[in-house]
Amino acid sequence: MIDPIQFVIREARLLDEKRFDEWYELFAEDGHYWVPASPGQPDPLNHNSLAYEDKLLLKLRIERLKQPSAYSQKPASRCHHLLQTPEIENSAKDEFLVRTNFIYTETRGDDSQRYAAVAWHTLVGEPLRIRLKRVDLLNCDAALPSIQLFL
Amino acid sequence: MGYRDDAGALKRLVKDDRVHRDVYTDAEVFQLEMERLWSRTWIYVGHASQIPHPGDFLTLDVAGQPVIVVRHGDDSVRVLLNRCAHKGTKVVYAPAGNAGKTFRCPYHAWTYRTDGSLLQVPLKEGYAADVQHNGLTKISSETYRGFIFARLAKDGIGFRAYFGDSLSSIDNLADRSPEGELEIAGGCLRYLHNCNWKMFVENLNDTMHPMIAHASSAGTAKRLWADKPAGMPKPMAIEQIAPFASDYKFFDDMGVKVYPHGHGFSGVNFSIHSSYSSVPEYEAAMKKAYGEERAKTILGTVRHNTVYYPSLTIKGAIQSIRVARPLAADKTLIESWTFRLKGAPDALLQRTVAYNRLINSPMSVVGHDDLHCYRSIQEGLAAQANDWVDLQRNFSANENGEITANGTSEISMRNQFRAWTEFMTP
Repeated sequence: MIDPIQFVIREARLLDEKRFDEWYELFAEDGHYWVPASPGQPDPLNHNSLAYEDKLLLKLRIERLKQPSAYSQKPASRCHHLLQTPEIENSAKDEFLVRTNFIYTETRGDDSQRYAAVAWHTLVGEPLRIRLKRVDLLNCDAALPSIQLFL
Repeated sequence: MGYRDDAGALKRLVKDDRVHRDVYTDAEVFQLEMERLWSRTWIYVGHASQIPHPGDFLTLDVAGQPVIVVRHGDDSVRVLLNRCAHKGTKVVYAPAGNAGKTFRCPYHAWTYRTDGSLLQVPLKEGYAADVQHNGLTKISSETYRGFIFARLAKDGIGFRAYFGDSLSSIDNLADRSPEGELEIAGGCLRYLHNCNWKMFVENLNDTMHPMIAHASSAGTAKRLWADKPAGMPKPMAIEQIAPFASDYKFFDDMGVKVYPHGHGFSGVNFSIHSSYSSVPEYEAAMKKAYGEERAKTILGTVRHNTVYYPSLTIKGAIQSIRVARPLAADKTLIESWTFRLKGAPDALLQRTVAYNRLINSPMSVVGHDDLHCYRSIQEGLAAQANDWVDLQRNFSANENGEITANGTSEISMRNQFRAWTEFMTP
């Protein structure tokens, strides 16, 4: 079994290499990707988030990036995750909570954005799958420009 | 060649069916917009539910000026300039909070009541005797069904005269609560746009763009859903995003209506929000509150976007608002807020929150499409061979007053520029 720390490191690498179809497969069927819009936001349903996506919406995002009509991707964006060593915050039978500090960079043409963030992965099952990836952006409540790829 | 002292030059920027590119790109025109259009008209500054208790305040910039919106001890809403009469310090800096009974300047402790009047000054005897007259500048404001508007200019058009019958869209939004009351809920999405504020405002009733600009997002959603087995319940996200890929006929049949002073809405007959799944518990609450017929009328009014020119745009049918905050000729902050309909089940709040993050977030694939186009216009308008931006679609001479037209008409943009000229030239 791949260990949870290696899992998180590989997950980030798939994003940086834009292997989105393989990345998508890392999510459990009920998996979600969540980027809250307020610090300490308790809930994705009754409060606005920057993103809260199930597999259908992740698929939409990934398929859109392949469309010739995705004009906001001409030129295409690139991203880079600089991770600190992930820490296992909690582990129960078949479930891990992994906390990872990271710096995210997204570029498009001459534009470059950089964010400090903490990723919380809830990993379940065998093989491991993502039940929830929550990304806490340090400035999640700031006025932000378009962020087009995955944190 | 400056525009400030040349009313003729400003007037020549707007023709009946086109506008000069300087209205989007010129820094001086932007400055004049702040001093004139955005100061002489009624600007949305917040919702009463954000400041429910005496002393509750919020701060923001209106037309580049720092403003406080505060609930005074007598429960009235006051709008003040956030500028100490002494040295100019902002007397309060947080985006929102409770001030208690006073604002105390953090620099020299000049202290003001929440109606702006000066309460005390340390070592007062050293200042001129009339120092007490130096309160925080009071700004005219009006609250309509919870929506607070302010007019910076001391004199000018009255609130009712400015908005007229366009207020029916705010009525419809508030009426959608079984108690007739709204409450801001779920926080705010703040999206920085690399474009002039007018591109955003005009785009809301530009119905010739969705099927093109949103083909990669809404079109893909439609295709993804078509691949699913028949009979599967349609997820809310698909219900919300797929109609953006509707055809020209759909948007044309939707209809558009304009009012004097730049206001207007599309979705006279129906809109992209018309086919959402019903929420039986909510509909029952509405019938109970209003009676069957009136409830049907309220819920059957599903306007697309209503523009309260120039600052506020609302979507009654999905109970959300987008607020334009111009920062520079080529920079605009768009704030997207959602409402809880008092007396309605949580499902309604969850529906608007889902819509807001899907469409209005800095991470929205729909937003990415739009912002790409706006930025591209902002850069394209640097071209000098053609000074004019075209607004002619379905133009007819003598357009004026309240008019209903076909949904793909560009009448709402022409109507906005008529208001622009009205308030920009002295």
